[in-house]
Amino acid sequence: MIREPLIFEISDKGKRAFSCPKLDVPEKKDILKGLPVRAGIPDFPRVSEVEIVRHFTRLSQQNYCVDIGFYPLGSCTMKYNPKINEKVAALPGFLLSHPLATEDLVQGNLEVIKLLEDYLCEIAGMDAFTLQPAAGAQGELAGMMLIRACLEEMGNPRKFVLIPDSAHGTNPSSAHLCGYAVEETKSNEDGTVDLEDLTKRMNEDVAALMLTNPNTLGVFEYDIKKIARIVHAKGGFLYMDGANMNALTGRCRPGDMEVDVIHLNLHKTFSTPHGGGGPGSGPVGVKKALEPYLPIPRVEKKGGAYALNFNRPKTIGRVRGFYGNYLVVVKALAYILSLGPEGLKEIAEIAVLNANYIRKSLEKEYDLKYTTPTLHECVFSDKLQKEFGVSNLDIAKRLIDYGVHPPTMSFPLIVHGALMIEPTETESKRDLDGFIEAMKKIAQETRENPGVLKSAPHFSPVRRLDETTAARHPAVKWERER
Amino acid sequence: MSYISLSDKDKKEMLEKIGVSSLDELYGCLPDDVRLRRPLRLPPALTEPELLRRFEELAAANAYPDYLSFLGAGVYRHFIPSVVDYLSSRGEFITPYTPYQPEVSQGTLQIIFEYQTLICQLTGMDVSNASLYDGASAAAEAVLMASRLNGKPKILVSRSLHPQYRETIRTYIKNLGVRIEEVGYSAGGGIDLDDLGRKLDKETGAVLVQSPNFFGVVEDLGRIGEFAHSHQALFIVTVAEAISLGVLEAPGKFGADIVCGEAQSFGLAPSFGGPYLGFMGSKKEHLRQLPGRITGQTTDIDGRRGFVLTLSTREQHIRREKATSNICTNQAWCALRATIFLETLGHDGLREMAVQNMQKSDYAADILGRIKGVKKIFGGRFFNEFVLEFSEDVQEINDFLKEKGMVGGLNLGRLYPELRSAALFCVTEAHTKEDIDRLAGHLEEALR
Repeated sequence: MIREPLIFEISDKGKRAFSCPKLDVPEKKDILKGLPVRAGIPDFPRVSEVEIVRHFTRLSQQNYCVDIGFYPLGSCTMKYNPKINEKVAALPGFLLSHPLATEDLVQGNLEVIKLLEDYLCEIAGMDAFTLQPAAGAQGELAGMMLIRACLEEMGNPRKFVLIPDSAHGTNPSSAHLCGYAVEETKSNEDGTVDLEDLTKRMNEDVAALMLTNPNTLGVFEYDIKKIARIVHAKGGFLYMDGANMNALTGRCRPGDMEVDVIHLNLHKTFSTPHGGGGPGSGPVGVKKALEPYLPIPRVEKKGGAYALNFNRPKTIGRVRGFYGNYLVVVKALAYILSLGPEGLKEIAEIAVLNANYIRKSLEKEYDLKYTTPTLHECVFSDKLQKEFGVSNLDIAKRLIDYGVHPPTMSFPLIVHGALMIEPTETESKRDLDGFIEAMKKIAQETRENPGVLKSAPHFSPVRRLDETTAARHPAVKWERER
Repeated sequence: MSYISLSDKDKKEMLEKIGVSSLDELYGCLPDDVRLRRPLRLPPALTEPELLRRFEELAAANAYPDYLSFLGAGVYRHFIPSVVDYLSSRGEFITPYTPYQPEVSQGTLQIIFEYQTLICQLTGMDVSNASLYDGASAAAEAVLMASRLNGKPKILVSRSLHPQYRETIRTYIKNLGVRIEEVGYSAGGGIDLDDLGRKLDKETGAVLVQSPNFFGVVEDLGRIGEFAHSHQALFIVTVAEAISLGVLEAPGKFGADIVCGEAQSFGLAPSFGGPYLGFMGSKKEHLRQLPGRITGQTTDIDGRRGFVLTLSTREQHIRREKATSNICTNQAWCALRATIFLETLGHDGLREMAVQNMQKSDYAADILGRIKGVKKIFGGRFFNEFVLEFSEDVQEINDFLKEKGMVGGLNLGRLYPELRSAALFCVTEAHTKEDIDRLAGHLEEALR
């Protein structure tokens, strides 16, 4: 297969794809005089419009995506992204709104924000939401800052944050960025929080427990209320990473589990597209006690009109510009309105059905370290395949040959050689069966012909890439050969 | 509406395979006391036509797109070529995840590699990351990066740095033992070099300035950089109006150690504040302290060129609490749009667009500044924004303009109490002469 050149390699003088209209104001000849003006931009592209269109169309064809097929990337909730949501988010009234226009000019936008905040409160059982954080990790940071601000006001911000060993890497990273030292709590043999270990570690120096529920194994923390009690008894807060909320909508609410702070991922549970790595959106919900600390501004309804309130003395400030990834917010609101209460309950139920169907269908071929019942995802390991020298990476790369996207492998760290599979609710039985069939074939190949796995993928635009050299001798931009 | 693809028969077969009799049974792992025993209190589901109507109504409650707007202040309306919308709306770009599996993500990865190259070319930096959330959080990440690099506790920022960027930096550094001090602006609108000189000391880890600054004024980056470096402080330049890089000298040429900013101007609509595109580049020696994703070039086992996410030992999924940043999902699709935008405008188009911004805003500043009761303050050279001071209350003037279907300049009173009768106006290439003349006419009326 011929590799698509870099745009810089087809660029040449005399080609262009855009022209500005003729200047319609009187031209000031010396407009640049006295300014630090650049002579030009060496090697900046010069190509035609046809070349642009073909370049990006060909590149697009080298991407796998949800619109092409099954994408069971665990913890990422790669569900179908409804097209109507893209359409409504592109309405000119939203698209061209300037975020600094006075409130009376943007009542529609403010209503969208308020509606989504209210609906998320109902779905998660919380008292208030902010939509400002741009992604899950920024939501975690904001959420931990709220806790810290509240503790500070009570006189002691405390030193530690407890995080289970099964957690996603952003949890410890966000806690650290908030000025906390991280302490790991152990998982028990069910893969859930070990209450004894938690009790031992929980004390007046601990600000919070950051918990994902259902956790990264897909297991619901059955003792969630006991956990909350242990944390609350020592004056700590219970933070919930809501990355896996897709298992729960309409079935139970974090607020009812005595969670104090939660972040949700609109780009997971609420169907907004991942865009190849963003934009996401990571709203944070809180109970009343933490509401005064939310980022500014807050949207409020005053005398029939929506207004922005900047005057909140206890606020943590802002974590980014303006009001968040607004168009993502529009899409998530459209999703909630299109599903309604029954639809939101159904997505969780079918996500759980699909995941359990896969788990049941593959449990003979792949090792399940934890046999605890799971909800929306299941985590196998490569333990049985390791005997034949085949790793989870080999399995993943071979899946590419079978036309599906590999599962998540980088965590949870408590399952060595993890294959975290999250099918989501939108998949057909035919696609699920296709995946199961591929996984079974791979298990068979492992025993009969492991070489074909070690050298996979065979049918992708490029084959296995040398990541070690990339990191050791980083080449992070194109440069003209001299 | 429903996006479920299972038939009743499918569900039945699947439940049988699992060995349970109902969906309820699958939730057996939920303790009784956390179950929700009522339907969510949400409006009933809408069909697609109803949904479209509902959102058309919400969008229609905004004054945009009908009003003619002169707001800038970190958010700019520029022309976006059709190919940007056309190509970026492909499902292959909208619906994949972060490119963790490079063999099936070469499209996204090569585009990020091209994006990183473009950012380096524009900023004059050696290396660039794959994107950050927005300009404000990019400035905060730059401050954190500087503090990792030299461990000094004080960061100087100009007061002419976007107020929201300053607020965001404050939030990010609050718990990390770093503090910021503000440096005032001079009569020209640029940073007050005397004040900068006074505040620079051994504890200063970095000097961060925005250019063109919040008032639109082009800063003397050469001088500021010399000041910073003479005190062994890092020099950070932030650019909120990225189109300016098409004509103004790259900050790297003035010795900037880190250049960050907001690239919303590259193919992203104002969108009521997001999604936007934070960017960041640095000198090569600081590559391993950059936050966020980075794409690198490599080869596959057959020796063909390919691209991968690299240097991930900086990142949260490997380093956890020791990572350079907690960022995971970034703004990849926005970076895609910026890449298409920049490659379409090309070398000459970008410069032409930048120069037209200067020509049109210069024309506007000139004719508006002549109106009785209007005075252009700040003598410094500007890019596409300028500050006007009025003899009458700014809000009253803006209310008058509103009645004429116009959104006037940004009232600076709340952000800068000393500029309480002033407003920040932005004029880009997307404004026509007629637009500008209409504004002038109405301002004249308002002040009559």
